[in-house]
Amino acid sequence: MDAATKTASLPPEWTDEHTMFRKTARDFVEKELAPQAEEWEANKGFSNDMFKRLGEMGFLGLGHPEEYGGLGLDYWFTVIWLEELVRSRSAGFNMAMTVQSDMATPVIADIGTEEQKQEFLAPAITGEKIAALGISEPAVGSDVANLQTTARRDGDDYIINGAKTFITNGSRADFITLGVRTGDAGFGGISLMLFPTDTKGFSVGRLLEKVGNHSSDTAELAFDNCRIPARYMLGQENMGFYYIMQNFQGERLVAALMAVAGMQMLWDDAMDYGNEREAFGRPILKFQVWRHKLVEHLTAIEAARRLTYYACDLFEREEPCVEAISMAKLYACDLAQKVVYDIQQFFGGYGYIEEYHVARAFRDLRLLTIGGGTAEIMKEIIGKGRGM
Amino acid sequence: MKIGVFLKQVPDTETKIRPAGDGSGIESGDVKWIVSPYDEFAVEAGLQLKEKSGGEVVVVSLGPARTLDAARTALAMGADRAVILDDEGFQGSDPLGTSRALAAVARKEGFDIIFCGRQAIDEDNNQVPQIVAGLLDWPHASWVNSFESEGEMATVKRPIGGGKLEVVKVRLPAVFSCTKGLNEPRYASLPGIMKAKSKPVARYTPADLELDGQVGASAAVVQLTSYQMPQARPSGRMLEGEVGDQVKELVRLLRQEAKVL
Ligand SMILES: Cc1cc2nc3c(=O)[nH]c(=O)nc-3n(C[C@H](O)[C@H](O)[C@H](O)COP(=O)(O)OP(=O)(O)OC[C@H]3O[C@@H](n4cnc5c(N)ncnc54)[C@H](O)[C@@H]3O)c2cc1C
Repeated sequence: MDAATKTASLPPEWTDEHTMFRKTARDFVEKELAPQAEEWEANKGFSNDMFKRLGEMGFLGLGHPEEYGGLGLDYWFTVIWLEELVRSRSAGFNMAMTVQSDMATPVIADIGTEEQKQEFLAPAITGEKIAALGISEPAVGSDVANLQTTARRDGDDYIINGAKTFITNGSRADFITLGVRTGDAGFGGISLMLFPTDTKGFSVGRLLEKVGNHSSDTAELAFDNCRIPARYMLGQENMGFYYIMQNFQGERLVAALMAVAGMQMLWDDAMDYGNEREAFGRPILKFQVWRHKLVEHLTAIEAARRLTYYACDLFEREEPCVEAISMAKLYACDLAQKVVYDIQQFFGGYGYIEEYHVARAFRDLRLLTIGGGTAEIMKEIIGKGRGM
Repeated sequence: MKIGVFLKQVPDTETKIRPAGDGSGIESGDVKWIVSPYDEFAVEAGLQLKEKSGGEVVVVSLGPARTLDAARTALAMGADRAVILDDEGFQGSDPLGTSRALAAVARKEGFDIIFCGRQAIDEDNNQVPQIVAGLLDWPHASWVNSFESEGEMATVKRPIGGGKLEVVKVRLPAVFSCTKGLNEPRYASLPGIMKAKSKPVARYTPADLELDGQVGASAAVVQLTSYQMPQARPSGRMLEGEVGDQVKELVRLLRQEAKVL
């Protein structure tokens, strides 16, 4: 049974179009992505052509404006796409694609100039240009307001110096939506710029070896007197912190949605396994201790899904959504740690063997409470919003 | 060219089927409904033929009201319009009744060619394509896994067992039932999905097709009286030891236990 496709009295109210799109998304993921996942994981990467393939299918522009090649659809199409995308079982691939569609580019659609949209957004939607989001730095992660990479105005240009790290798609990106310091210390001195990676002085350092998400590239980047034209400034100078925080909302919603869908998939795997695997003469699902544990998780997953859908609904209707999104990211990503732990235990020795998906999920899901704003930062945001 | 495609809505292959308490059908509460997979090959064949020869692709489906969703899937893939036979009077038709209705639509629409799946994966009857061809007095080829056409003639291949293919030349109009390998059904594209709802859908009643008394439960010559789960199959047994001994043991088991030799 597929809980996500059941009708509900709360949003979402899936239309026929949503249902048809789910089939297209599922067929695509099962036919074209899942069969390649093992290879991508083993090779720690996938071909850049995959961006073009997804672009051709429209998956990189679901919510983006039609004038720039997007489909201009409501957010529930993105929800469906993400719920189906997890079935590739290659979290690294999924992260690369969602950075492209929902993390590095929505801010261009929101505040970019016509010229910026034509030069960066349109080719990102087709997959011809690969995008990255460059905020984190070697010395600064959570404390975004303290970022150190500088952009100094020089005539019609800016000159960029500094370093970024942990940048997804960093080694292959054609451009980076880049956080830089253009003004004084603190959040009021930050700007967002569009940075073409063929700029002189830019270099990709090490590719970071990660615990999981093996098929994505995560890079250190260095900027040594990189000169870019001032027309690549996104929105207003020194308003970057505000744009970054806005942009994080979409990114965090993606994390929550993929956490929920990932958990549900593991839970479904556990049902199959638990009916087949026998111990002491009966299927392991017949042990009440496991039935109860799995039911507790199913209940919590459903709660996480409802909280996340609630956040999606606010986001789609452009209502205040920071608290709901922070809660969804906090709750779903934290729950995923518990769910994957117990389901791995349920699989016994096989849970520790790479042939079983749960082994990879155990590594991949760990990222969820760290990337895109840590669990602690989610709590800080919620607490501050409540005047604590 | 007017290309007809017949499709049926069936339970998703992943659905765990359970007979309803009274045995009259299956529990439909949790069932997700899909286009029967072989029918997707038929839709794709129709679309490819249209791309080559022009014309239009009309999908026809008989079933309850929800069958419209299945037709919409084909419209989203690129079919031009749909004919839905969801009138009360058609419900409970057996393969003969269903075929009468579909054949009548084919005449009314003036189809030049018909594609359908080799069988619907719910009841696996594999009867409608052949009966429709009989009623229309058209030639047909079943289980087609390769299709080419040139003017009035189609050349198709069909698997006949032993890894062999039979090559058949068929004069159009004709009915083709499609099987795996014929093509790779396309995805419904997002623009296609968005357009699907605005494509025309026609509905006919038995009276419109002059089929009163010839379709539906009352006209059925085959009646399904009850649904039951098949008996659970005991798990397989592995034979061990020297190959020669294994063969002897296998023959003994087939004789004495399975009693098939
Ligand atoms: C695989 C991967 C991909 C990534 N991709 C990108 C990317 O594409 N672009 C990008 O910009 N970044 C990316 N990141 C970086 C990621 O966003 C940061 O790792 C994250 O924001 C945390 O920052 P940090 O690692 O510097 O941790 P720190 O900020 O140093 O935090 C260390 C610990 O201190 C805690 N902490 C910090 N502040 C507080 C506080 N106020 N109260 C309580 N506890 C606190 C944190 O919660 C954490 O537990 C990626 C990271 C990984 C691992």
